Amino acid sequence: MKVAVCINHVPDTETKVKVGPDGLAIDKTGVNFMLSPYDEFAVEEGLRIREKFRGEVVAISLGPESHKETLRKALAMGADRAVLLKDEGVRDSCGVAAGLADELKSLAPDVILFGKQSIDYDDGQVGTLVAEMLGLPSVSVVVKMDIQDGKVVCDREIEGGHETVETKLPAVFTAQKGLNDPRYPSLKGIMAAKTKPIEEKAALPAAVRVAAIRMRKPAAKNPGRIIGTDKSAVAELVRLLHEEAKVI
Amino acid sequence: MFSFLYRAFFHFTNSRTNDTMAKFPGVDYFGFDGLLSEEEILVRNTVREFVDEKILPVIEQHNRAGTFPMDLVPAMADLGLFGSTLPQEYGCAGMNNVAYGLVMQELERGDSGVRSFASVQSALVMYPIHAYGSEEQKRTWLPLLARGETIGCFGLTEPDFGSNPGGMLTRAEETSDGYLLNGAKMWITNGTIAGLAVVWAKLNGVVNGFLVEKGTKGFSAPEMKGKHSLRASVTSELILQDVLVPKSNRLPGGSGLKLPLSCLSQARYGIAWGAIGAAMACYDSALNYSRTRLQFGKPIASFQMTQEKLVRMLVEITKSQAICLQLGRLKDAGKVRFQQVSLAKSNNVAVALEIARSARTILGANGILDEYPVMRHMANLESVLTYEGTHEMHTLIVGEDITGIPAFT
Repeated sequence: MKVAVCINHVPDTETKVKVGPDGLAIDKTGVNFMLSPYDEFAVEEGLRIREKFRGEVVAISLGPESHKETLRKALAMGADRAVLLKDEGVRDSCGVAAGLADELKSLAPDVILFGKQSIDYDDGQVGTLVAEMLGLPSVSVVVKMDIQDGKVVCDREIEGGHETVETKLPAVFTAQKGLNDPRYPSLKGIMAAKTKPIEEKAALPAAVRVAAIRMRKPAAKNPGRIIGTDKSAVAELVRLLHEEAKVI
Repeated sequence: MFSFLYRAFFHFTNSRTNDTMAKFPGVDYFGFDGLLSEEEILVRNTVREFVDEKILPVIEQHNRAGTFPMDLVPAMADLGLFGSTLPQEYGCAGMNNVAYGLVMQELERGDSGVRSFASVQSALVMYPIHAYGSEEQKRTWLPLLARGETIGCFGLTEPDFGSNPGGMLTRAEETSDGYLLNGAKMWITNGTIAGLAVVWAKLNGVVNGFLVEKGTKGFSAPEMKGKHSLRASVTSELILQDVLVPKSNRLPGGSGLKLPLSCLSQARYGIAWGAIGAAMACYDSALNYSRTRLQFGKPIASFQMTQEKLVRMLVEITKSQAICLQLGRLKDAGKVRFQQVSLAKSNNVAVALEIARSARTILGANGILDEYPVMRHMANLESVLTYEGTHEMHTLIVGEDITGIPAFT
């Protein structure tokens, strides 16, 4: 079974990001990057599929040279090889999907895995767009996958519950938290990753159809107010919660 | 993309445990990461995550109970934390010394006892077997030790011979069916839980290494109780009464005090890195606390004396990082001198202890609670200052090196 896992290199969850001087993107100075957490579930699922059915796991990322770091992590976790679709420019989700779809067409995997969204721009579109471009079925927000005889039964997270769906391979799946418990790359895996190939090629050019015109941080929260310090304040607190905050 | 969204992802960074504990951001004021390879950073970050997710949530309860988190041993072995610089043919990762140092740093950011466990297994048990063992000893023991299926300990120190191990009383006597060992060792990390002890004893007046398996007749390893320090680590005595080991259990690759001392040099190298981790944990805790603790209507971080303390901590951490990185590069190039390791161990542990004490003052009364890691690190570092060569002995080793005059013989 050939599994492709498409992964993204995103700012570390601990980073306090700042908007850059152009007001269009974040200031990357001093920002650490990491494998997007939902993509980590996708990598883990790919490795489990290979462990069960044999075959290979190919990690793919589209972006600048720095994405190699994240590809290296996927290799350290156990992916067999990696492809970097190099692109230094700005792309919208459709552009990213077009670049990935172009590569996936020639790779022809049985299973294509994504995280349900990258935790940077949070578009949540790329996996589904790739499926559409390749004419493949797509199942999003997957929390359980069971492959048998070319058929896949998946649990998806839906509002208030789960939905079980069935589809056929090849297909695209986007991973939600809960799908699995990703392994740590072992130190041996990290050493072995050094010798695994990362193939680099230019990403297929794509037009920008959705462009950012402004990026801003949310307004600072108002500071809290102290109504009083003993039980005489209760009535006033209830009144304010009812009339001003309108929460009770 | 924005920080509030990131906060919402807190649970994510700890997805394996669903723990809501904050992720450690690291301390790298001088951009030392720029001097590390991609692999070294990945190794460091992996162990950092492991410590955040698996060790920190349980360490305080183990520290209170005075127990080592044994259930973490298989996970530590899966990660490859034991003997990680040894070759892959024995089931190890074959990493360089800088990566090994970063592993020690991160483990000790969790707890000195947990780092001690990995240090002993790697530097004091696997290292001597690899360096001085027969091929058969290596093939038998290294994979078991790497997989954590056998825990090892190292018996050198005796009740009356600490800084002066050459005076040891433990004796080995050659008999027709092996070696007969008699003596007692003390302050032995992992002794009680170890399946294999590397015991140093004098054979015809010369120090030799012997492998003693748990359960060998006459060999026992009672645990030492009542420690105020390294509580999440097992410390034991080793008692050897007419313990007969086969001839094949002597380490054949050499003899003399230089053998155990070479192991200690490995371990001290890891301690120099480890101390940075303990210091980072204390600094990070004090920095966060000072930003949120209000007195006189403002964060205590706004007071000059608090800022001065925090800056001193950062300065000393940064200097320790520079020392260790260069020490590791020298070690990888085969150019390190043991006196340099002494300087690094003594300096880094002493400053880490000062940082822990200073951090405690920033945390005020809260600093003595085990809700914060500071007092635990402080108490641990009191041991670390003394074990693996006391602070004083390391000072005198460097003293002899620069003056040419030994002050301790």
